[in-house]
Formats: sequence, structure tokens, C-alpha cells
Amino acid sequence: MIEFPQPDITDTSRPFWDALNQGDLLFQECEHHHRWLPFRDFCPTCLSDKLTVVKACGRAKLISWVIYNTSMHDAFKNELPYNVSLVQLEEGPKMMTNILIPNEELRAEMPLQLRVVDRGDLKLAKFVPDFN
Amino acid sequence: MNELTKMRGKYVIAGIGHTDYGKLPGRSTISLNTEACKSALIDAQIEKSLVDALFVKVPTSAKEFMYGQKLAEAMGIRPKLGGSWDQGGAANMALISNAMSAIETGQCEVALVCYADNPRSGSRQVYARPRGDDAVYGWFSTAAGYGLIHRRHMIEFGTKPEDFAQFAMASRRHGALNPKAQLKVPLSLEQYMNAPMQIEPLRRDDCCLVSDGGAALVIMSEKRARDLGVPNPVPILGLGQGQTSAELPARESLTSTEAVVSAKTAFQMSGFQPKDIDVIQIYDCFTVAGMMTLEDYGFCPKGQFGAWSKGGYLEIDGALPMNTSGGLLSETGMPGLQLIIEGVRQMRGVANLQVAKARNCLISNQGGTMHTHATMILGRCND
Repeated sequence: MIEFPQPDITDTSRPFWDALNQGDLLFQECEHHHRWLPFRDFCPTCLSDKLTVVKACGRAKLISWVIYNTSMHDAFKNELPYNVSLVQLEEGPKMMTNILIPNEELRAEMPLQLRVVDRGDLKLAKFVPDFN
Repeated sequence: MNELTKMRGKYVIAGIGHTDYGKLPGRSTISLNTEACKSALIDAQIEKSLVDALFVKVPTSAKEFMYGQKLAEAMGIRPKLGGSWDQGGAANMALISNAMSAIETGQCEVALVCYADNPRSGSRQVYARPRGDDAVYGWFSTAAGYGLIHRRHMIEFGTKPEDFAQFAMASRRHGALNPKAQLKVPLSLEQYMNAPMQIEPLRRDDCCLVSDGGAALVIMSEKRARDLGVPNPVPILGLGQGQTSAELPARESLTSTEAVVSAKTAFQMSGFQPKDIDVIQIYDCFTVAGMMTLEDYGFCPKGQFGAWSKGGYLEIDGALPMNTSGGLLSETGMPGLQLIIEGVRQMRGVANLQVAKARNCLISNQGGTMHTHATMILGRCND
């Protein structure tokens, strides 16, 4: 069996992956309320190192996406054609993810809801359409 | 006159050289770089011993430690300064700027700027690489990043496949007429629309070639070129740079970059505005990159490329001929030096598809997934 690529989990990013393992999606916020993903040691806006983590509410919208009809890694061969999508969380930060619907149903700005899914020992933050 | 405008015309591209383009099996990047530099020195009609700076853009597909020094050794030169620079496709112009700065501060007098790579007969793995931790979602390859931008351009402005095709068809028409181009096949709208899509929304002909080859420039002051009797120096009238830097999810916008800042600096140095420009060489690694460059520079109103460029506006017989030797889409996929070399040929009046009476040529370079950008404006040789 071919293994999926693994994230490079560092001291900085471990809280993100640990929380995801519990079903929560976190982003970082500094003392001046700048917010971002992925995790880092300094705020990219004001360089503050007084950082907290905030649990995302799970609502997001779709900014853009691509559809792979060919795989660049053998682990994804069985998932073709698959989408990789850029979403913006309701709280502001943006992230890459997969949207768990047929690719032809993807629409710009569509409302989304977090769905944490298992992949082996890892949990991943993916999204489904939010019909509420 | 400020520090920027004082530089207008003070430096020249004294010589140009390049290898064949396409598939060159068995050739190392050192060998390709050496051939290109040798050609550039012959073109400038100067001795190797005059070179006292060597600025190399790092080979994209095969990075090596201390590469600049290895190349200097291969060419038997001991430069005062030099090294390899990693900034994607905007590095060529960054290195020209570095050369100008070094000459201006008395650190050197004659600089070689060069690049070579062999991803076509070597490894293309670099272009399919995982994009950091997001590889867990299947996020791989250089092309996919441009696909994400391409889609967002369609979303925000209603840009149609036909509009992207129009861009590609201009470069491809010119490449088809270039006997030295790697891909000498013109593109029809039907061919564009029917080509396979490996990563949607990109179609095959939105994507540049993968090519082996090397290219080089000789940079010196206009005065030095005159003293040395360099036969065909081409003056640098404007140069600017800008770096968006952020990875795609961290960008405020996907449909504009610091190309805006880069062009502003280059236009300011040259004293020109977009309407003054006669011929352009635009970095077309992907059609959306070239299209956004034309928008961010102020040539084309944002989101109106289709209407703006219709009727062959960017073709050799149009108002603003673009990529007159075929660009990255058909001359060679080399990241940018070929565009500068074609700009020099246009300004010498010796291009394969020469634009009659062209007094200036604007060139863009950019790198990463539109992370880095540079703009240069050349003036006519011996004007």
C-alpha cells in the first residue's frame, strides 16, 4: 500500500494537528487580533509573539479550486478526479482543503461547513456544503 | 532628476548568447551555462579576462551548493563577486539590477548574468513537487497554483476559455514563425478548446514548455561599452521589481500582484507610460500569468483581456506585438532570459519577426507562483 504524504509536524504546528485530532480546527491570533493559518511563531502582520489559538466555528466559503485529472503522487490515483480548494473561514484565515462533493457541483463563494475526516492515523480538515 | 531616473540608459546589455533550445540530453547545466556565456562574450566582442562578476540564476530542477563558484571554475574566471540567486523566474532581472548596483558602487565593471537548466532530458520532478503540508490534500505541482489563480480570474471577471486562448494563440503564432523555437506549431481556438486538461481549469496550451538550454547576458556601463568598442549595446531605460511573496492562501487577492509596483518603478525610471511602448515580451509560463501582467502594468483594463486584445492586437501585425519569438509557450520554457534576449534583438533591429520602427521594448519576468516580479524597458541600440 502506498502511503499518503504526511505533514511535517513541528513544535510550532503540533497544537494545530493535536486539536484536529480532537475534531477542532484552530487558527492563530495575535494580541492585536491579526489572524492567520498556517501556524507560525510570529504574527506576519505585526511580528508579535503573543499568540493565542482560536477554535474556528467551521463555516467557510469557497474562493477557488482545481481538479486533478492526473495524480502527481501514487496515493491519490484512486481519488481521481479530485479537487483541491482554497476556502476562507468565516473568521478570516484561508486554507487549502478538499470539498467533499462531486466536482461538478463546486460553485464560487458557496457556503461550506467543516467536516473532520480520518486518513490513517491523521485527521484532516475538509469541507462539505452548508445548506443552513 | 532622482536616483532612479539618473540610471536611465546608464547601463547596457552589451552581449547576448544562448544554446539551442529543446532537448539536449547529456548536457550538464555547467556545460550549457558555459556555452551561453562564451556566445555572449563573443557577441559583445570582449575578452573573458574582462569579466569580474558572475551572477547565476540557480538551475530550477537541479539546485547545487556553491553553484556560482563551480561555474566560475568551469569558465576559468576568478570574479570579484558573484554567486547563484534563488528567486524563480524574476531572478534574471534581479541579477541585472544587482550587476548595475555593483558596478555603480565600484565593486566590478563587467558582469555576466546567466541561467541554464536541463529539466526536459533530466528530471521534471521539481514541477510536480508537493506544496508543503497541504500535500495531505493532494496539493501538488507548480501548474496547480496557476490553475487556482486562473479559476479565480474566471470567477471575478467572467474571463472565458476563449480569452486565455487568444493570449496563447499570439505567442504560438510567433513561435511557429521562429525557426529556432522548440514548438513551431500555431494554435487554433478549436485545438485549444479540445486539448486535454490535466489540472482543470488549465488546458494543455495554457502551460509553458519544459526545456533544456542556457542563456547569458553581458552587463556593463554605457561608458564602458563605448570605451571597449562593444558593437551593439542595448541601453536599459527602466528596471523595477516587486515581490508578492505570500503563499496563495495568505494572499489578499489572487488576481493582482506586486507586478503593479514593479512596472511603476520601471516606467518611472524610463519616463515612459504604457501607451509609449512599441513591443513587449511578457512572461507566459501560464496564460493567466501573462494576462495579469498586462492588466497590472496598465496595458489592459482589469478583466477585459478578451475585448482588449481581439483582432490580433498582440500579434506581429497588431498595435502591440507580444512575444515576438514565441515566449515560454513556444520558443522555450526557459524561465525568462529568452524574453530579454528577444528584446535585445528587437532593439538591434535583427529579430526574426522584427517590429518596424520599434523604439523601445518592455519585458516582464516573474517567478514562483507569481511570488516575484521584475520589469525592464530597453531602448534602441546606438540611438
